[in-house]
Amino acid sequence: MQQASAPTVLDPEVRQVRAADGAEALALTGAWDIRALESRARSLNSQLRQLAPDPGRHWDLSGIQRLDHIGALLIWQAWGKHRPARLALAHAHEVFFSNLDSAAAAAPAAPFDPLRPVRALGAAVLLTAEHLRGIVQLFGQILIDSFALIRHPLRGPWREISASLFRVGAQALGITALVGFLIGVVLSYLSAEQLKAFGANIFIINLLGMGIIRELGPVIAAVLVAGRSGSAITAQLGVMRVTEELDALSVMGIPHTVRLILPKIVALAIAMPLLILWTSGVALIGGALSANMQLGISVHSFFIGLPAAVPTVNLWLAMGKGVVFGALIALIACHFGLRVQPNTESLGIGTTNSVVTSITAVIIADAVFAVIFSHVGISLS
Amino acid sequence: MNPVIEVQGLWTQFGDHVVHKDLNLTVMPGEVVSLVGGSGSGKTTLMRQILGLEQPTRGTVRVFGIPLQGSSAQLLHKIRKRWGVLFQEGALYSALSVFDNIALPLRELRAFDDEFIRDMVMLKLDMVDIERRHAAKMPADLSGGMIKRIALARALVLEPELVFLDEPTAGLDPDRSESFVRLIQSLHATLNLTVVMVTHDLDTLVSLSDKIAVLAEQRLIVYGTLREAISVRHPFILNFFLGERGLRALSAVGASAKLDGRH
Repeated sequence: MQQASAPTVLDPEVRQVRAADGAEALALTGAWDIRALESRARSLNSQLRQLAPDPGRHWDLSGIQRLDHIGALLIWQAWGKHRPARLALAHAHEVFFSNLDSAAAAAPAAPFDPLRPVRALGAAVLLTAEHLRGIVQLFGQILIDSFALIRHPLRGPWREISASLFRVGAQALGITALVGFLIGVVLSYLSAEQLKAFGANIFIINLLGMGIIRELGPVIAAVLVAGRSGSAITAQLGVMRVTEELDALSVMGIPHTVRLILPKIVALAIAMPLLILWTSGVALIGGALSANMQLGISVHSFFIGLPAAVPTVNLWLAMGKGVVFGALIALIACHFGLRVQPNTESLGIGTTNSVVTSITAVIIADAVFAVIFSHVGISLS
Repeated sequence: MNPVIEVQGLWTQFGDHVVHKDLNLTVMPGEVVSLVGGSGSGKTTLMRQILGLEQPTRGTVRVFGIPLQGSSAQLLHKIRKRWGVLFQEGALYSALSVFDNIALPLRELRAFDDEFIRDMVMLKLDMVDIERRHAAKMPADLSGGMIKRIALARALVLEPELVFLDEPTAGLDPDRSESFVRLIQSLHATLNLTVVMVTHDLDTLVSLSDKIAVLAEQRLIVYGTLREAISVRHPFILNFFLGERGLRALSAVGASAKLDGRH
């Protein structure tokens, strides 16, 4: 308040003057607060450090109009972090230097660790093992809950399952149809060019039918669902962890595996095969339209020829893949969601990890399916 | 002396619901002003409008004489460097350590070197009584009281002239809130801060505030010292200050001395 009535505030300045006893002194004048120093700190700092080294120098700080901790610390550092012997300082400004002595103590630096890469590798391996163990544990818990559910079916979370089904299934119809259709069109177009060269036009039905129904349909639908629903599940559970909603469920005696996780796994295991059928169907329509334009095979004859080209067992295989993919995606998403720590960064990392891991897991599972069922539904007799 | 905050003819309306109706408020330098009111009376909204986080429906808010509405981004940026805000939950950046949280505003200025910033952060930690070994910790590992202290250190690191405190003692145990009040008192005394505070805690209110602004019926029904505030016969004031809890707080802090004409 005194400052407001004081005369105009001058810029901070360092001047060399002669003190009364003839000794050389440094006089600091003007405003040494953050508002004035913000733009001049670097130049004033170098100026002070150039002039400061002489330990017996006389310092006159009585001309300073305004001071705050920022200005005080700047001057203190120029002093080499100890108070000079000869110092003139306004009494009101004393307070800013009073607790600076303790500030000089340095924080300990982290020691150099030559084994760091080894340690980091070990930690990564252990973390992977921990994730695997967590997922298996969660799966086991879900199995136990499912048995309890079979014994008391009326107490099941049917409402939650139905809501999840709508979110992960019905609401995903649009995007899976769009992507499936385009993939069908592109695949058909590219294959048609090659097949035309050999005069093997009619084999477009075998190529598209087998490729889409057996492999592409399931994998595309699973990747889309992993990105769409997997991330949503992880984020939802993660936020519930951050806001202590999961703990609130626990203390009410409502196990969150039954209320939250089981419904999601069941819903995805039901919705995924249906979505795969839907995606494959739309992709085949796209492929048929494209084949019609490129090769002159009518849509009608395309679908008439399809059952002969693709044995029905492939459809069952695709549905089976769907159940496994859906359960895998939900399980992984829930696992990462439950591991989120109560901070924002962990939420982001958890969601990313969840999506990357579930897509990887889906593709690995698909490879396993391919090996196991390599003799099923392919040979055309 | 120019007022630090000047709110004139402020209206806030959400649809048909009027929160503030022609509200005026002036805060002078060095004052500690407490905003009091029932829940839903618009204390937090008013504070957010003064901070420029929300726009009033009508009326002007001036901070340091600069109107928040219609000023250039540069001017607003200058204001924002002159105030510090302590949010109710601390609002520490959870991705940054304690040290980096406090260092962030200093680094943003791009005016100081690393050594200066390190010393300044340590100084601020000392100021709010946090041991230095906590500097490397993440906010998630800290207790509520420590988060508030560290958030205060962050709010104070740019030497603000104006400090906003949103429920500074909510969620702290009585011992902690007592020491928090003492901390703010001593900071106010040394740094000559202007403080605007929203609080429900009567002890905090009585021991810190110079002036009390009571929000009710969409306006300030009283704006004055504690003595002036409790002399008004209004149901909210009767309930808030002169209820059982209120009287206990008033007598416990020895507010009778304050009432007997210190103001």
